[in-house]
Amino acid sequence: MTDIPASGPAALRPALDVTSDAAKLRIRARYRSERRFRALGIVALSLTTLFLAFLLVDVIRKGLPVFTAHSLVLDVTVPQDAIDPSGRRDAAAIRGADLYPVTRDAMKAAVPGVQGRSAERTLTRLLSVGATADLVERLVAEPQLIGTPLRTRLLLSDDADMFFKAKHEVTSAPGRGVATPDGVSGTVTVTLSEPGFAARLAAVKAAHAASAQVLRLEAERSARQGAVERAKDAATKADALAAKAAAKDAAETLDDTLPSLLVALGGGLVKIETLEASRATGVVLLPFAEAKAYADWRIVAFERPASERKITDQEIAYLEHLRATGKVEAHFNTRFFTSGDSREPELAGIRGALVGTAWTMLVTLLLCVPIGVLAAIHLEEFAPKNRITDLIEVNINNLAAVPSIVFGLLGLAIFLNFFDLPRSAPLVGGLVLALLVLPTIIIASRAAIKSVPPSIKEAALGVGASQQQAVFHHVLPAAVPGIMTGTIIGMAHALGETAPLLLIGMVAFIVDVPQAITDASTVLPVQIYLWSDLPEPAFQQKTAGAIILMLVFLFVMNAAAIVIRRRFERRW
Amino acid sequence: MKRSTLIASAAVLLLTGAAQARDQIRIVGSSTVYPFTTAVAEQFGRSGGGKTPVVESTGTGGGFKLFCAGVGVAHPDLTNASRAIRKSEFDECAKNGVTEIVEIKVGIDGLTISQSKNGPAMKLSMEQVFLALAEEVPGADGKLVANPHKNWSDIDKALPNVKIEVLGPPPTSGTRDSFHELFMEPGAKQVKALADLQKSDAKAFERLWKSIRKDGAYVEAGENDNVIVQKLDANRNSVGIFGYSFLEENAAKIRGVAIDGVEPDFDAIASGKYKGARPLFIYAKKQHVGVVPGIDKFVAEFVSARAMSRDGYLARKGLVALPKAEADKVAAEATGLKILTAADVK
Repeated sequence: MTDIPASGPAALRPALDVTSDAAKLRIRARYRSERRFRALGIVALSLTTLFLAFLLVDVIRKGLPVFTAHSLVLDVTVPQDAIDPSGRRDAAAIRGADLYPVTRDAMKAAVPGVQGRSAERTLTRLLSVGATADLVERLVAEPQLIGTPLRTRLLLSDDADMFFKAKHEVTSAPGRGVATPDGVSGTVTVTLSEPGFAARLAAVKAAHAASAQVLRLEAERSARQGAVERAKDAATKADALAAKAAAKDAAETLDDTLPSLLVALGGGLVKIETLEASRATGVVLLPFAEAKAYADWRIVAFERPASERKITDQEIAYLEHLRATGKVEAHFNTRFFTSGDSREPELAGIRGALVGTAWTMLVTLLLCVPIGVLAAIHLEEFAPKNRITDLIEVNINNLAAVPSIVFGLLGLAIFLNFFDLPRSAPLVGGLVLALLVLPTIIIASRAAIKSVPPSIKEAALGVGASQQQAVFHHVLPAAVPGIMTGTIIGMAHALGETAPLLLIGMVAFIVDVPQAITDASTVLPVQIYLWSDLPEPAFQQKTAGAIILMLVFLFVMNAAAIVIRRRFERRW
Repeated sequence: MKRSTLIASAAVLLLTGAAQARDQIRIVGSSTVYPFTTAVAEQFGRSGGGKTPVVESTGTGGGFKLFCAGVGVAHPDLTNASRAIRKSEFDECAKNGVTEIVEIKVGIDGLTISQSKNGPAMKLSMEQVFLALAEEVPGADGKLVANPHKNWSDIDKALPNVKIEVLGPPPTSGTRDSFHELFMEPGAKQVKALADLQKSDAKAFERLWKSIRKDGAYVEAGENDNVIVQKLDANRNSVGIFGYSFLEENAAKIRGVAIDGVEPDFDAIASGKYKGARPLFIYAKKQHVGVVPGIDKFVAEFVSARAMSRDGYLARKGLVALPKAEADKVAAEATGLKILTAADVK
């Protein structure tokens, strides 16, 4: 400001000459600066959108499969003897019955050639441990169905379910010529009338050649670094593989690092162990009727090598057979919404966490809306402005910025240790979250009350209303939209909290859906955290599914805040 | 007026909600044992033994703190631990009246060093692990210097010439304690240049193997082992430290690094051949047996053959089963609720 002369407005006139070149330059510079700012704004906005889109797409892509589940549909007859030989058919007897033999026999009927205990176990392990839960409930509801064949959905295990959800695991191509097996069980040799395996054999050799190449490079690198032994080792392996690859017609042994190759003929399946151009030896995974010449046969490949998947060739053979015979059904995963947590991914549901969240939020809402709004009204309208209220105000603003874990510690010390409230209960969770949200609500409510024009209150006072009447009849109704918005945003904040709940025991495995605010329960974000920490890949899907639900929850809450503000907001 | 009734009812709730008798078992403790205890808890609830127990994941240390706080329904009945109870914790328990503790060794957890299947295959010795990760290592003249190793090949020419990058648990994790005890301590003992120090100054030696370098070669990847698996998958040159169950579940993407020539697999861990393994425990409060229903049945379910044996459902969840003879002994002691004495605790 030093360049402005002190002699008054007249002296400023030359500087206001907007037609001078200097002025034009200044104007251009200002426009440039504004364009730059706008461009930066657009860049920032598009980056944000990009990040958000990336997050959403990733979560939805991973989480959507969770909403479908695969089950076997089989005709199951539960005989009275399986429940209670003496003829009891009450709920306790049905629930306590061991239905393993029944499901085992039903599955054996659906898959041919399952002999012996270990094969039976492989087969029945494809089912979830909770597969018969629905069947049991149906029998409890209608005991007269005992002894009659029932078309039943039996839930598959998480591994089987994941297998059906993954794409391109199994390929199948018609075989050339006529295939003749020399047996129907155990290890058999399949002979072809022409070299139908030549292409597959070449592919195996090519894979060997590629591995040899990689090993050579490693050998060279090790040699350069002076690791003689390591280099020698790699070179020997590379030579062995290269020799195999070079011997064009020699037989190849397939191990579990290569895709599994199988021969499908006459309804059966043979897993190839040694492969030649027109001959293969392997084990029978699914039986076929007789050892004759089959003109119609196929080469099946499980593309992912056995060492890289959890599910074995035998299990895939069973599953593919069940799928081919139309016994596998994909359906909406209702269990995800109706059951509590479980250690089995296919049985785990979100219900417990949803109900726990609802109870916790209810407690929070009932506590912090009345307390927060009354505190705001008192501070804004009634409290004298002095040192003490200033101190309170500063503290409320500070509390809004305190890390949430501190509130958890407070909850542990006061509610659990002093008041002896139960651990893991939504009651305590709600209390702790109410403490967390209170400052937000007080600040938002005060802002809302402050934004009501003083003329409204003064008019009320002017016609003889008391201070209390003026506030409660006139100021508060006008401030409600702002208060509601603040409350909903505060609640949305509380909905996403896990840290304070860790300390009061809500980060826990809880199977039963809570029935009251003193029952042990957990909440949505905690459930997400717990699932994300488990080793089974199916739980990673569950995690993403739960995140989708959580986002929907938050979206609805925030949309409600916007709608309320739009609808009830008044401008003065 | 409605508002004041609400506040009043909330206040009443606060005062009357105090804990009453409990019919549900409560378990706290290690997040490493959590996946196994929850499986047993669910089975226990499903087979009609009683209400499904509540299992909290609080960490081993936090679990003992809660477990040892006292006797009575306000305190947990069992705690999971990824290490044996310490003397200090045992004393704390005794001070608060928790005098009858049953220790149950439920299985073994292999701690693995793993890498992406696409990375250069590595074999490490404990000594190499120590030399790669300790804050200070003996220099050329035998004096301790800040860890100079940038690449694996700086330690041993036979190792791949890639940057040392190890993703592992943060100090708050029980897995981290185990890593120091199972890998760094034996590793330090293998270093010849440190033999004198070990004799002359045991404290300094211990400080050495309890340290981890802070120059970026060791990356604290958080408590969530799935995050480490994902990062390994994305970066083929780094290695990660986590439990065997995660290696088993993610065999499509990652492989274990052989330690002292032994690959981390089920048999090697169960037989004790693989050295990077630790026992897992649960501790039960005998004083609660009969007060909270089902504790004895829950323990019996945990040590039963269908849960804890090689073919049991816990093995399928990634727990490495104890050898048969030891498992039988554990089962007998657990079902008999044998009390832990001060002499048993180190």
